[in-house]
Amino acid sequence: MSTNRRAFIAMTAAAGLAPLFSAQATEAEAAQAIKQIVGAAKIRTGRVDVEIPPLVENGNSVVMKVAVDSPMTQNDFVRAIHIVAEGNPLPNVVSFQLSHRSGRAAVTTRIRLNDSQRIWAIAQMSDGSFWQGHAATLVTLAACTEV
Amino acid sequence: MSKTSRTLVTMPATARKDEIIEIRIIVQHDMETGFRHSEQGVRIERDIIREFICTYNGVEVFRADLHPAIAANPMITFTTLATESGTLEFNWKGDNDYASSATSKLTVT
Repeated sequence: MSTNRRAFIAMTAAAGLAPLFSAQATEAEAAQAIKQIVGAAKIRTGRVDVEIPPLVENGNSVVMKVAVDSPMTQNDFVRAIHIVAEGNPLPNVVSFQLSHRSGRAAVTTRIRLNDSQRIWAIAQMSDGSFWQGHAATLVTLAACTEV
Repeated sequence: MSKTSRTLVTMPATARKDEIIEIRIIVQHDMETGFRHSEQGVRIERDIIREFICTYNGVEVFRADLHPAIAANPMITFTTLATESGTLEFNWKGDNDYASSATSKLTVT
């Protein structure tokens, strides 16, 4: 009997939550967003470090640190850092434009996460090359569900 | 109707030349995503800050394009090189003609 009740609760919960997640971006949409940022250029893995708590209790405010390995000199610096999420309703999270006057390519901000997912950071260097890195996280309470 | 809100800038007042200084900015804003519904089931329109720009003596040194996935009361920590004494200006722009700005003086020795 208890199994039946649990099954019923699970079913109603799923039915009630379904519309909330229908607007969720997929990995394909995130890949599309990354393609739009990068264009025809080739994207390489490395040099970009994304830091997010591995277990997030509240997705409404998650501290995210992103750092790019770069000398940040006049001739060799990070032009931009783009953050893309795989499980949010919209894949784009934020874009930072830096310059050689930034000193360090390290930015911290607070983001919203709707689901357990991977966060990608794409760095555009001054020479036009693109580098990417990612971090995975587990979200127990999603943003967007709270009224 | 133009809107504005409180801002908070944390940065050192003095720095040595070519020192990297860390700047933390926080601005009061709900960052309404446009995905939430009111108790009546009506969708709440998106209302977010779209853009943050930091200029150093008139030269742009940092810019951020924000999307709904930025948490309420956006906080950004970034760095810049202390090149010369002067004023750093911080400007936020957003939906519904939102605009706010702050300035901070920096003495470089």
